[in-house]
Amino acid sequence: MKLEINGKSHEVDASENTPLLWVLRDHLGLTGTKFGCGVAQCGACTVHVDGVPRRACVTPAGSVEGRSVVTIEGLSGPKAEAVRKAWEAIDVPQCGYCQSGQIMSAVALLQEVARPDDTQIDQAMAGNLCRCATYVRIRRAIHSAAGEEG
Amino acid sequence: MKRLVPLLLLAACSKTPPEVTTVAAVPSSGLRSAEALSQIEDDETRAHAAFAEVIKVLTHPRCVNCHPATDRPMQGVGLPHHPLVVRGADGHGAPGLKCESCHGVSSFENVPGAPNWHLAPASMAWAGKSSAEICAQLLDEDRNGGLDRAGLLKHVAEDSLVAYGWNPPAHLEPAPGDQAAFAAVFGVWLDAGAHCP
Repeated sequence: MKLEINGKSHEVDASENTPLLWVLRDHLGLTGTKFGCGVAQCGACTVHVDGVPRRACVTPAGSVEGRSVVTIEGLSGPKAEAVRKAWEAIDVPQCGYCQSGQIMSAVALLQEVARPDDTQIDQAMAGNLCRCATYVRIRRAIHSAAGEEG
Repeated sequence: MKRLVPLLLLAACSKTPPEVTTVAAVPSSGLRSAEALSQIEDDETRAHAAFAEVIKVLTHPRCVNCHPATDRPMQGVGLPHHPLVVRGADGHGAPGLKCESCHGVSSFENVPGAPNWHLAPASMAWAGKSSAEICAQLLDEDRNGGLDRAGLLKHVAEDSLVAYGWNPPAHLEPAPGDQAAFAAVFGVWLDAGAHCP
């Protein structure tokens, strides 16, 4: 199967029903996308498919053929840069395991809503769990990134 | 019976425990058939009998979970959706957390899916509503998405998201009957005058 990941075409020898997460991690070595729960409950495996956040653990790889997949390794653009800068300035991560998923969701939110309020941030980020409970810093960083970019 | 007796005795004497029948995730009852309903001569009585079948489907968790009374869908047997997700402007979720973030065009393992996965409009909320209220909503073009009766029948008979109701992941109970049977009794109800409870 042929997949477009981070702007590059990859020929992957995997079943179409293989979760995208394992194609990314095991076949392509893109280990920035994390395995958390495996059942779309934690958001650690979030990637973008045609610009929309998608849980890679419950996405059959075959379903993204012909679509554009972006992982944390390939995330780019003004919104992504603003988020990275804010994440570093506020020192958001604690253990860091969930952070690639958090950033993927945060960037997707900012691409749709330039200046989200607290409610919009909470609604967009509700599917991304953080066992270290860095939620307050995540929200601050998204506001900061919105200000930086906006 | 003569053949059955030795088998029963064999089963009774066997040291192997009898096979336990597990409760499968299938509806405890289906729907009365459209043919059976069509035998009812009086139009109003037939419409009421048909709608009694229709409402079994509409209020089943596979359907009502995405016709919630609030902006938050339900899951399983009417439990709050986890994670917390909301309707959004178009019924497809909030910016940054759309339905399609988890729900694909078909179910995958334990995650339900169907094309165009989204919440019904708030005007078509069924949770907590009586049969009479749901019936009135169905027929009200101001609330049902502008569907006339032919449009309603086409929707229940052909819509791929409606079809999901009978094709959930294995751990979820499907709606009673199947989509064809549901469309048939829905048609009986409409043809009999679409009387409401």
